[in-house]
Formats: sequence, C-alpha cells, structure tokens
Amino acid sequence: MSGVGKPLTLNVPEPECRPGDTPDFTDFEIPRAGAVARPPVDVAADDIRDMAFSIVRVLNKDGQAVGDWAGSLTPDDLRTGLRHMMTLRTFDARMLNAQRQGKTSFYMQSLGEEAISCAFARALEPGDMNFPTYRQAGLLIAADYPMLTMMNQIYSNAHDPLHGRQMPILYSAKAHGFFSISGNLGTQFVQSVGWAMASAISGDSKIAAGWIGDGSTAENDFHAAMVFASTYTAPVVLNIVNNQWAISTFQGIARGGVGTFAARGHGFGVASIRVDGNDYLAVHAVAKWAAERARLGLGPTLIEYVTYRAGGHSSSDDPSAYRSGEEPGAWPLGDPIDRLKQHLISIGEWSDERHAQADAEILSDVVTVQKQAEAVGTLGDGKAPSPRDVFEGVYETMPPHLIRQRQMAGY
Amino acid sequence: MTMIEAIRDAHDVAMGGDNRVVVYGEDVGFFGGVFRCTAGLQEKYGRSRCFDAPINESGIVGTAIGMAAYGLKPVIEIQFADYVYPAYDQIVSEAARLRHRSNGDFTCPIVIRMPTGGGIFGGQTHSQSPEAIFTHVSGLKVVIPSNPVDAKGLLLASIADPDPVIFLEPKRLYNGPFDGHHDRPLTTWKKHALGAVPEGDEIVPLGKAKITRDGADVTVLAYGTMVYVAETAAKESGVDAEVIDLRSLLPLDLETIAASVKKTGRCVIVHEATRTCGFGAELMSLVQEECFYSLEAPIIRVTGWDTPYPHAQEWQYFPGPARVGEALKQVMEE
Repeated sequence: MSGVGKPLTLNVPEPECRPGDTPDFTDFEIPRAGAVARPPVDVAADDIRDMAFSIVRVLNKDGQAVGDWAGSLTPDDLRTGLRHMMTLRTFDARMLNAQRQGKTSFYMQSLGEEAISCAFARALEPGDMNFPTYRQAGLLIAADYPMLTMMNQIYSNAHDPLHGRQMPILYSAKAHGFFSISGNLGTQFVQSVGWAMASAISGDSKIAAGWIGDGSTAENDFHAAMVFASTYTAPVVLNIVNNQWAISTFQGIARGGVGTFAARGHGFGVASIRVDGNDYLAVHAVAKWAAERARLGLGPTLIEYVTYRAGGHSSSDDPSAYRSGEEPGAWPLGDPIDRLKQHLISIGEWSDERHAQADAEILSDVVTVQKQAEAVGTLGDGKAPSPRDVFEGVYETMPPHLIRQRQMAGY
Repeated sequence: MTMIEAIRDAHDVAMGGDNRVVVYGEDVGFFGGVFRCTAGLQEKYGRSRCFDAPINESGIVGTAIGMAAYGLKPVIEIQFADYVYPAYDQIVSEAARLRHRSNGDFTCPIVIRMPTGGGIFGGQTHSQSPEAIFTHVSGLKVVIPSNPVDAKGLLLASIADPDPVIFLEPKRLYNGPFDGHHDRPLTTWKKHALGAVPEGDEIVPLGKAKITRDGADVTVLAYGTMVYVAETAAKESGVDAEVIDLRSLLPLDLETIAASVKKTGRCVIVHEATRTCGFGAELMSLVQEECFYSLEAPIIRVTGWDTPYPHAQEWQYFPGPARVGEALKQVMEE
C-alpha cells in the first residue's frame, strides 16, 4: 500500500428529511407491541444487550395492552395518567399562548412527550429525587404540584417561589422530588448519580432519576454520570429522552455512528433499555422495573425513550426552518394521549364523551388557575419581586461586599 | 505538624464529628492522596466515607453537588488546581448558584480542595494559581491558608460552612514555611510556631485576615506562599512593612486591609498567579476606592508573569523576595 488515495472528506451526518421533503419513516424499525420480553430485575446487564436495540412496547395498533410488560396499572391508574397528560398539554397550550401575549419571556412545552414524565413520576416513591431537564414538567403535574405555583414561577410574579431569579419553567420543588432545573445542559445527569450515591452511603432506600435529552448525551456530564453510576452501582435510573431534535440539530449529530443512545450504556456495563416513549403503559412498566432494580441495590439502568418533539424547541424556536412540517404527523409512534385514550376505550373504561368532558373540565381548571396567577401578576407588569431580593440567597449569610453593593444599587 | 498532617487532622475531626462528611477524589481512598492529605481516613471511616474516584473532575464535583442536595457534606480533592478546569461548569453554573436559583430549596455545602501554586518544578500543569477564576464567581467562597494552624482551622470552618468553598492549598508550604530562597536548606513546620496545631475542633473563621508582621511604612497584601516571601522581603529590604495574610479572598476582610493602608499610606500586593485580572487587580481597586486620600504612592503589584508557568525557569517566574523587596523600596521612594 502506498498510502496515497483520494483526499479525505469529513462526514457530517444529515437527517433524511428537511423542509420541503416528504417524511419517510419506513426504515425506522418498530417492533410489534409485546415482542420484547420482560427480564427479571436482577438480570445481568450483559444478558439484555439486545434490549438497547429493540423497543419495549405495550400498546398495539388496536389499542390493546399486550406482552409481559402489560398489567402494571389499573384502569383507575390509567385514567389518572390520561388526566395528567391532558392537563400538561392544556397547561402548555395556555402558557405558550400567554408567552405570545407578552405575559412572560419564554416557554417550553412537552407536546408529544407527555407520557414520559407523567408515567415516570408514577413509578417513583415519595422521597425519591428527579434531576430533570426543562421538558419534564409532567413530573410535577403527576406529583400534584400546584399549577398555580408553576404559573407564578412562569410569570415571575410576587408569589414566584424562586423570586423572579430564574427563567420561566426552571422550577425547583424538593418536596415533590424535583431538583432545581439549571438551564445548562447535561449538568444534572451526573448530579443525580451523586444523589443516588449519597442515598447508598447513608444506608437509605431512596433512589434518584437523572434526565437528559438526545442532544445533550454528547456532553461530558453524560459520560461522567455513566462512569460514576457504573463504578459505584449507584441506585439511579438514567433517562435519555430521544425526541429526535436538539433545536435544529437532528439526533444523528449526537449519536454518530452508534446504533442507539441506549447502546451507549453497554460500554459501562449498565443495563440499557429502549422504550416507546409515546406509550404510557410501556414507559411506566419500564420505569417501574428500573426503579425496583435500583432500590434493590442492583444498579443503574439507562433508558432511552423513543419519542418525537411535536412542537418547537421553545417559544423562541420555529421548526419550519429546519424540518418538514409534515414530520410530526408522520411520526410512526403516534400521539401518547390518543393512544392511551384508545386503549381505555378499547377495554371499556373510557369513551369519547367522557374524554370530551374531561378536556372541558381540565381547560376550565387551568383557566381558573391562570386567572388567579395573573391576578397576582405577570412579567413586566411592575409587580415583580423586589430588586433587593437579587442580593439575597447568594450565600446563606450576606457577606459585606454584597451588603455594600445592595446599598450602591439603592435597595 | 506539617500542613499535610493538619489538613488530614481537620478531615479526621470533621468526619468523626459528623457522619454526613464524605471524602473522595483521585487516589484519595486507599492511598490517601498523592500528597497524603487523606491518609488513614478510609481505614478509620470505611470505604463508603473515603474513597477513590474516577479521573473525571467534573464528575467528582457533579456527584458532590448531588450528594449535597441529598444532605451530605462532601469534601472533595482535585489532585492539582491545574486539573480543575473540566469541573468549572459544575462549579460555576451549579454549585455556586444552586442556593440562589432555587431560593434555598437546595443548597450546596461542599468543599473543593486543591493544591495550588508553584515552586516544585511542576511546570505549567502542576503550578498554577487559579484563585481569581473562582473569586470572579458569585456564590463561591475562596480560602487559602498559609500555615498548618490556619489550614486546619480554615478547613474545619469551610466544612462547617453552608455554601461551597474553594480551598486552595499552597503545595510549596505543605512541608515547611518556604520564604522563596529556593537555594537555601529547607525549613520544616516542626521549628515554626504555626506548626503547633491545636487538637480539637476549633475553627479559624472565614473572612478574617491576619496581620503577620506589624509595620508602619507600607502594607503588603499577600496570601498562601507569598506570606513568607513578603515577610522575608520586608526583613531583607529593611523596609518597615506590615504584612497581611488575607487567608480568605472571598469573603474578604476589607476592614483590616483598609485600616492598615490608611495607617501606612502605601500598599504592595503580591501573588504568584498571572498578573492580568489576577486577584491583585481587585485588591488594587478596593484599596483605591477605600484609601485613596491616604495613599502616598501608587500601589504596586508583584505577580507571576502572564505566561504559562515555566519548568526550568520557575525561579525567574516566581515572585521571590528579591522582586518583592525591590517593590517595597520603590514604593518608599515615591
């Protein structure tokens, strides 16, 4: 070999579908519901390597729950789950609209991904701790955190528990198992492992759950989390929400040549599972499995939720600039609310009429709460928390230099 | 007691008194750290309270933040301050801001220890003094002891503190009070008064400077290794200098600084770190703001140069007693 060949070229992955193209998901392999067996929770990570390349699904196309992963929830649980997802969607729509009306600066919705956070929340126990990203508001809704408090935070009004310090939706709710959202990407993933290590160090029985998006798995924090979780067998569930898009960047930029995000866990010896993120029953069953595994001291689980970000990244984003407008409708795993609704109807536990009635009730509830929040204040209406407060809480005790600066600022 | 032994003793006292204190870092567990500051702790307190960490500084700090959120009090070691940069995001964006951004819902009582400074032929990757990249961050405290007594008391205060503390340990002082004369025989802490570390859990409060040498004509602001260099320069130059060991840069004891400069009317600032935007720049601004009408001469900085810390030429880089002495004489000429 002379070593002289064609000049090298740089491979930059591109999605198959950009604006103007027709979305085509025929190459996207979707196993039939029930096809992936449910292993015992003490299975060796190495023995379920195939689960990182398949997709755990419970609901089939007829709305029936099938296979080993079915049966973890009662009809009452499912109706509650449906209500949580519908509430989150309505809440999101109202708040996105409030942002458009200038009542706050920014918003991020969970459209199309509601099943993941709503079902996961129901798989944890009181005292467990989530380390969420900005797209897991369903963890709060499903933990019965007050919507009024969420709206007060979004409006940065006088009742905002965070006193106007954080951008909208970067909630903190320790008592509801919800760690303060940073806004920096990925940092919380390794923190969740530390929290889980602390539980183990303390001889506790609580577990942690880390959250990260497909794009942010490229961050160092993802890899640090995997190393620490693996080394210390930390009682943590590590969740990757693969919603296909990181703002305008398709998931192939973070994923590279590897088959799936879940498969990243194999190098660390971590049990890794892929699940249909738009299937409430599948999400709940897999989350429950991973939570039990963690709580029994059997170690971490990496879960990739295969889903689709049906809306823009945030209120500042216009997806039509980088992806086909037909893509959300063509997404082959459907809509999580429609799918759970159809399942409940198919087992005789729900109806179109009850659904319409629930929708109306939820809208009425959300609007009532919204009026209460707006009566307290919205961003920019002059009723924000005092600027004096900016200087509070930087440290437990305000040091002399901040006291001086607060005086300089006139507060 | 050496400074290493004093730091180890502080860990021991803290771990013995509070089982929420956990200690980890690279080589920290079985071996007790490359400088041996945690030697014996794993044997005494068990592997779950003192253990080795993967070589991943952002992971070490990131997990510590999670542990603090749970309710533990992690005391973690970064093997050299030069290695801390991968953890900068976790320190700046997370540890420093957690209390504020969550309005106290979560707090971050962690101590991040790291050996700092040069004079050990460590070259550019084992000699840096990055204190100013931490004092620039709201929400952190930054502490630098200069002797075994302070090292123990300040570390205990840092561990007890409810907020994140960057604890910089001048590695050239680990085994003795180095005065900058690298060509002379080493002295040890055994023969030094500040090597007599008291037993028990007495703290040295953060934010309190200490006047280590009284003087009438010029105030020298120093910390860490530079405290002895400044004292030696004062002695050798014959200038009646008052040396202040800042001990904690953030919070800063501006009261003690201003009182001294108002008394002497002159100020020299000494640090080993690079010059531009070094902590000396902040000190100079503060002294100017507080003491302008008392100043009889421009303030002078003696610092490391704005270059990487060299290996073979480290004594030309290090702001030793000759350079500090020159500055003392110069400030007196004005």
